Amino acid sequence: MDTAGLRDLGEHVATSLSDYVFAADVSRDELTVDARADQVVRVLKFLRDDPRCRFEQLTDLCGVDYPERDPRFDVVYHLLSLSHNQRLRLKIGVNEDQPVPSATGVYASAGWWERETWDLYGIYFAGNPDLRRLLTDYGFDGHPLRKDFPLTGYVELRYDSEQKRVVYEPVKLTQEFRRFDFLSPWEGAAHPLPGDEKAGEAGEDGR
Amino acid sequence: MGVSTTTVGLPGKPLPEGPAQDQALALVSDELNDKGFVVAQLDSVINWARTGSLWPMTFGLACCAVEFMQTIASRYDIDRIGMVPRASPRQSDVMIVAGTLCNKMAPAFRRVYDQMPEPRYVISMGSCANGGGYYHYSYSVVRGCDRVVPVDVYVPGCPPTAEALLYGIMQLQRKIRRTGTIAR
Repeated sequence: MDTAGLRDLGEHVATSLSDYVFAADVSRDELTVDARADQVVRVLKFLRDDPRCRFEQLTDLCGVDYPERDPRFDVVYHLLSLSHNQRLRLKIGVNEDQPVPSATGVYASAGWWERETWDLYGIYFAGNPDLRRLLTDYGFDGHPLRKDFPLTGYVELRYDSEQKRVVYEPVKLTQEFRRFDFLSPWEGAAHPLPGDEKAGEAGEDGR
Repeated sequence: MGVSTTTVGLPGKPLPEGPAQDQALALVSDELNDKGFVVAQLDSVINWARTGSLWPMTFGLACCAVEFMQTIASRYDIDRIGMVPRASPRQSDVMIVAGTLCNKMAPAFRRVYDQMPEPRYVISMGSCANGGGYYHYSYSVVRGCDRVVPVDVYVPGCPPTAEALLYGIMQLQRKIRRTGTIAR
């Protein structure tokens, strides 16, 4: 769908759900809708059933952590409409102690994604019929994709030949984790391409 | 195989084709015709049997398993050295740990190892199985499968080539021959 069509769709969603939707933006030919966390089930139901939307498929559900922001987390729903060949991204902001209504009643496929999001971010989904951990170890402590979770975690594991079982112990590293890539373009360091050193200067001249 | 009076072939290398081999074979068949049996060193026979039928327990955990499959497949064809991949630990002699061993997998991994009958061997294949590799600092990965089971041969690489794994298998055969004991 082209950008104008997406903008129309966003407009339609925003006006129809004006009480629950904060914004509908089109960026890079993708439509993103921001909605209220406590009304997400109503929004999803509308997006599924409205004849102009018809988003029959939930293709993805995941979390994002912004530690310095309030609310701290985003829950992101990616929707696909096969009828109209269009896609939509729905975002809601939630805090650590704020339960999100489960989307399992609208999209059955949301079940395991909510488990995964619960497992990795600690976002609680109220109404999910089976909200256990999905990926991490049995009895795992913490939510590893949170930014304040240490990379190496808290425990490590070895086989104890006396107890005849695998035992967990606090992490002991012989060498601390070190970052050797000081020139990563993502870290903000100058990263000129070979033979392209003067490209920046030329730009400043107002070319 | 050692024959009563003269030692022919084992221990050591197989004889190359030629008059010397013909002579040795003639000697063995003459002994058989004459006495009806051949005498050999028991440990040599046992090691010959062990190295000639190392059935690997397939423990493919990640991408290394693909290279392991290449070693099994027709080009490198480990069938020719008597290796048949088994899906059951109870029928296997060597476990090839191909891939990243996660914390969650570790108890199951140890259990599979415990189910293997003696003598059992372990080949650790690839950086992740050797020492955590790329995931060494991860919260969910065991920093080397030797924390969970004793390892005989480490094959480096990420992933190791099929040749490298084959070389590792040959090193294990050599180790079995060199150790030369019946009980492990």
